[in-house]
Amino acid sequence: MGQTIAEKILAAKSGQARLAPGEIVDAYPDLVMSHTATWRSVSVMKRIGATRLYDPDRLAIVLDHVSPAKTEKYAKDQQTSRNFAREHGIRKFYDVDAGIAHLVLMENGHIKPGDLVVGTDSHCTIYGALGALGTGIGYTEVTSVWVTGKLWMKVPTTIKFVLNGRFGTGVSAKDLMLYLIGKLGADGCGYKSAEFQGDAMPDMSISERMTVANLAMEMGAKCVFVPPDARTAAYLRERLEHFENYQPVLADPDATYEQEVTVALSELEPMVACPHQVENTKPIGEVVGTRIDQAFLGSCANGKYEDLEIAARILAGKRIDPRVRLLVTPGSKRILLEAMKSGVLQTLIESGALVTNPGCSACAGDGGMMADGEVSLSTANRNFLGRMGSNKSSIYLSSPATLAASAIKGAIADPREFM
Amino acid sequence: MSAMGQPISGRVYKFGDNVNSDIIIAGRYLIYIDPEELAKHAFEMLGEGFPAKLREYPILVAGRNFGCGSAREQAATAIKGLGIKAVVAASFARTFYRNAINDGLTIVECPELYTAVQEGDQVDIDLAKGRITHAGREYSFPQIPPSVRKILELGGLANYLKANTSTSA
Repeated sequence: MGQTIAEKILAAKSGQARLAPGEIVDAYPDLVMSHTATWRSVSVMKRIGATRLYDPDRLAIVLDHVSPAKTEKYAKDQQTSRNFAREHGIRKFYDVDAGIAHLVLMENGHIKPGDLVVGTDSHCTIYGALGALGTGIGYTEVTSVWVTGKLWMKVPTTIKFVLNGRFGTGVSAKDLMLYLIGKLGADGCGYKSAEFQGDAMPDMSISERMTVANLAMEMGAKCVFVPPDARTAAYLRERLEHFENYQPVLADPDATYEQEVTVALSELEPMVACPHQVENTKPIGEVVGTRIDQAFLGSCANGKYEDLEIAARILAGKRIDPRVRLLVTPGSKRILLEAMKSGVLQTLIESGALVTNPGCSACAGDGGMMADGEVSLSTANRNFLGRMGSNKSSIYLSSPATLAASAIKGAIADPREFM
Repeated sequence: MSAMGQPISGRVYKFGDNVNSDIIIAGRYLIYIDPEELAKHAFEMLGEGFPAKLREYPILVAGRNFGCGSAREQAATAIKGLGIKAVVAASFARTFYRNAINDGLTIVECPELYTAVQEGDQVDIDLAKGRITHAGREYSFPQIPPSVRKILELGGLANYLKANTSTSA
């Protein structure tokens, strides 16, 4: 009987020939990522009296959630993280200028197919865009992996998503994922792996695959996979230090899936997640006209270059509604540079956008906080109560195209009107 | 401290489905890791009375997917800081499940109890026997895997690491 990608990767990382769902193994991750939370893991290390790391080259540290430091406390915590990285010779250390950890690690060739990656962030599932098993853990467990090199993992069952056809105009990976989260619910993939296959996949850009793998976390996925293909290889050829070791891990044709979900992409329309749960999704038609005070274009879900470009295409030559604050946060320094060179940044600024430095920004409450009664439209992945400020404010989630159209109108708008 | 020894008894506070970790502890408080400090702000997004009223209940009961969303470990720490001894839910989000074990917070999966129980009801949890008693009825629940239970028994992962890791340089 064949195996899924999750089964194969967990078997390889725990020294087993094969594994079945439900088995518990000690697995050795290739990479353990910690972001702004790093100081907490350092404090645990001190508390347990550990001084040595299992392998410093398996650590990646990116200071992204609050960048630069907004208070003295943040400054002190970042100093702790920096000192730790220096002391232990962590080569994959990125400071507050780099951007969002997930994007930075992928852009810089630290993630490859078949890798097991854990980190202090639920959206580690995004690494599945490149065929790696990524999953979130807490900061104490990060310390444990730093020191012991391993952690216990349960082999998940897998849901197969079959995506067929092409997106219609104004519809993108974000709309697909909001549709799926609404359909399956916030725990539709709970404790499970999700594999995305189908004839739509070869055409899907790496940027869109990242959106897919990122958002699948919002239906509870433990890990997500877009099976590596020619696009994956092309993306990694220019990034991996040793591309000659590139070896995709694919599911066997006779692998066992718990469930199969088929989606015809051409039938999808722009979707919006309404307050205060991501699963509370509606087709755009049902929310058009909802007034917004703030529009946030950014995050690991949709702060990539392609996302900025899509918004810029809609905003080019237009002005946003004067009642709207449009915040644009490029996901990483590389994205910022690319958007600068291509003119995307200028287009956005001329339309009325406030462009911030790369990082998690408003999605993590680092700037862009909202007052009582205010409404934000956001391209991020969460709209939980109070996540962007007051517990009397509300957050809607959409694609970059819907966000750009809505910023112009001052209310949630259908992007197809502008295309 | 043995988390598995004494039965846990008391009145329950009841939540619904999909209580996310942003609700349990907002991102702005992740600058803390101390349970007492975190507990002061636990569930405060839910408005007036929180978190104070939760201090009266030693057991939380919730629906599906408790602790979903962010992987922030402080969600488990904050609940522990409130003095809550156990969380019984129809199901847990996997990051919360791990974080609870790693923080030494007892968690029990029991969808039947969630359906049966009302806020303020008395509930008795016997971890060793895998049994909950409520209103004269008994409910069984799956035990945490034995290899993982050791972490909980020692009061969390930091204690476990201290006891099991050779830390000399």
